Amino acid sequence: MPSKKYTPQGHYVAPLEDTPIAPIDKLDESQKARSTWADAWDAMRRRPAFWISSVLIVLIVIIALFPGLFTQVPPNSNCLLANSNGGPQPGHPFGFTRQGCDVYSRLIHGTQASVTVGLMATIMVTVIGVVIGALAGFYGGILDSAVSRVGDIFFAIPTVLGAIVLMSVLPERTPVTVAVVLGIFAWPQIARIMRGAVLSARNSDYVTASVALGVERSKILLRHVVPNSIAPVIVIATVSLGTFIVAEATLSFLGIGLPPSVMSWGNDIGQARTSIRTSPQVLLYPAAALSITVLSFLMLGDVVRDALDPKARARR
Amino acid sequence: MSQPITETVSSREDPSEEPLLQIRDLQVGFETQRGMVPAVRGVDLTLYVGQTLAIVGESGSGKTTTAQSIIDLLPGTGKVTGGQILFEGRDLTTLSAREIQAVRGNEIGYVPQDPMSNLNPVWNIGFQVEEAIKANNIAQGKDARLRTIQVLQEAGLSDAADRLKQYPHQFSGGMRQRVLIGIGLSSRPKLLIADEPTSALDVTVQRQILDHLATLTRDYGTSVLFITHDLGLAAERAEQLVVMYQGKVVESGPSQEILANPMHPYTQRLVAAAPSLASRRIQSVRHRDPEKAQIFSEGSLDDALIARAAERESAAPATDLISVQNVSKLYRIRKQGFKHDDLLAVNDVSFGVQRGTTTAIVGESGSGKSTVAKLILQLEGITSGKIEFDGQDVAALKGPELLKFRRRVQPVFQDPYGSLDPQYSVGNTIAEPLLAHKVGTAKERQARVRELLDQVSLPSATRYRYPSELSGGQRQRIAIARALALKPDVLVLDEAVSALDVLVQGQILNLLTELQTELGLTYLFITHDLAVVRLVADNVCVMQKGKIVEAATTDEVFDNPRELYTQELLAAIPGGDFEFGR
Repeated sequence: MPSKKYTPQGHYVAPLEDTPIAPIDKLDESQKARSTWADAWDAMRRRPAFWISSVLIVLIVIIALFPGLFTQVPPNSNCLLANSNGGPQPGHPFGFTRQGCDVYSRLIHGTQASVTVGLMATIMVTVIGVVIGALAGFYGGILDSAVSRVGDIFFAIPTVLGAIVLMSVLPERTPVTVAVVLGIFAWPQIARIMRGAVLSARNSDYVTASVALGVERSKILLRHVVPNSIAPVIVIATVSLGTFIVAEATLSFLGIGLPPSVMSWGNDIGQARTSIRTSPQVLLYPAAALSITVLSFLMLGDVVRDALDPKARARR
Repeated sequence: MSQPITETVSSREDPSEEPLLQIRDLQVGFETQRGMVPAVRGVDLTLYVGQTLAIVGESGSGKTTTAQSIIDLLPGTGKVTGGQILFEGRDLTTLSAREIQAVRGNEIGYVPQDPMSNLNPVWNIGFQVEEAIKANNIAQGKDARLRTIQVLQEAGLSDAADRLKQYPHQFSGGMRQRVLIGIGLSSRPKLLIADEPTSALDVTVQRQILDHLATLTRDYGTSVLFITHDLGLAAERAEQLVVMYQGKVVESGPSQEILANPMHPYTQRLVAAAPSLASRRIQSVRHRDPEKAQIFSEGSLDDALIARAAERESAAPATDLISVQNVSKLYRIRKQGFKHDDLLAVNDVSFGVQRGTTTAIVGESGSGKSTVAKLILQLEGITSGKIEFDGQDVAALKGPELLKFRRRVQPVFQDPYGSLDPQYSVGNTIAEPLLAHKVGTAKERQARVRELLDQVSLPSATRYRYPSELSGGQRQRIAIARALALKPDVLVLDEAVSALDVLVQGQILNLLTELQTELGLTYLFITHDLAVVRLVADNVCVMQKGKIVEAATTDEVFDNPRELYTQELLAAIPGGDFEFGR
């Protein structure tokens, strides 16, 4: 290294070759163009948790869609009482229920109901919450007050308690009705989050700029405000998917979720409680399936939140 | 320049005196996913007892990082990777966290940049000052309270005892900065680091605060390390100057000498771009005095522009494109219960803007200048009075007529980070007004986007990029391109260059002047910065508390300010009367 030509307090000028002058404010064209979503994808891709949870979720969805690929054993017929609470046998790796049905087969076939309830309730809650929250936050005024108060009323009712009451008066109980009932009580949370995000996006300069450019208000809402407010909703939605599956299991466990004729993890857990001391494996497997599913969605929600959170992004 | 390093070579009278602070070959890096990114690359500086030294540089030059590394306040992933920071002969980089804590506050005070966010809003002022006093072991118990009052009084809050129980939101920006200066000086430190202490404040307040700070540090014999982007301020307030660029010192020495005779090309550039009262103005040539035009034609902006401006001057007809007549705007501020306060943000304001000229509205925060912009843009309704645009009453416009008005009057906002939708690519952002007004086919719109990018001197590949990838100056160019998309007559520029570095600011002002000549645009320039006004405006309206206190041509306002307030504003510009070398 050449000796520094520096004298304290004298008039020092750095040699030009040390710090060549760059053109003022030149665009760096060496980097590839990226959007926020591409950035988020990039951040997610690097996380092992993202891949683990995604693989599990994909697997769960495939099981839900095509249970026949994973087991040939019928879950309801051919149940021999002789096998009641029996241990694993060749072809029946998880053993048998109290009724003598195959636990593994019931697990595979029960996936459909659980995942259907979870997905449907999430989609419903997200759509209702986003629409109502966005309208209330963007247009404000009486609409906002009215929607917010109605939301508060629903918010005050615990989701599961409300669902118990409503389910007990419904004539028919299917995965769809369970999902709808859960959705009715859970939308205010998403609506509140959406409303808050919209309120802050609404006051941003780019919205004011669009107004001054002459863009219609409804188009501003759709094109600028919603895309910039949706990130926290996506995060909450991924997390709440897991909680809806748990809620379905809770209701089924209590006997007012899905009827016993519909196979679901919640039903199986509910029925297994009678034999928990003698043959815990009957309870263990559906409970484990439930936990793994919920954990996968929570894990994904976590990764998505980290990727979409601008503060977390700044730290990287 | 060619002497080897010797501790004894110094411009001071007493060469044997030990420097208070000596930074030697400091290297600071930030840990990222792609490895260590250097922010400071070998900085040397020396500060003696009782001296004031200013580090000047643009954002990203490493000036704040250098200051933060002295007292170990580097954010998160930052790390000193080499060099020494000698404070009274002790190397601060080798101290443990506990040892540096004893130095920080006690021996080296710190005044942060933003007075708005550096006081905790949930504690009262007295508590926060007392906390600092106790933490630095200056006084304890009852004495601490007495000392708190004393500190605040010294910082220039005369009724300090009554204000102890007040909260930060009850203080103005200037008062908050006084509190922070009080905290910084409370332990009579040997060195005070002031990181852009007045950048967030109005010029008149800035002047008061800096005067007061100078008095205090002189009385206590405190050395001051200023971090600033403002060359004028550095020239006025510091004896020694260190110019940083890309993490390195490019020039250092006595400030007057450097500014009068900058040697490094970067410093020369910086000095040339610094707007000050001594700046030569391009608008002067628009006046019909050929001799004057001769004198000022060597200004910091292109000669070609001047010729074009002169051409346009002779061609432009003298009608008011925008005419503001006795306009007032009243805001109702809701208070507890059903009560409300009336705030007259704009009070009986009248002025006219001629086609093809630039009218600047100047004022400090709260003067109502931005509200005037919003009223003209029809983003807020007026309470009384009348605004005419091209002979039409703007308030009466509805539906398609309003849409047509919006096409002709376009805004550019202050914050280049907030005014572009982060989810929109540059191409879509610029095309948005075209889409909203259903102009052309998709292909024609794309062609127009390329043309507009060219007009604001950005490569056409920029249209695939997103705002987060662009610098502040580049974003402001995009905002200007978007505003120009519909070929408007008027641009309302609300503090459009205030957030930019001096060099970038000069570049954008150049661009705006070019565009004005090329496209015959009319500008309404809202700003707090009088120095910028001199560079671009033909006419100036000075606003104070919602009223226009003075309105005249730029030359009249600058050469013969009639009102006391205008004179105060002009006097408060840092380094305003300093002759910059070229």
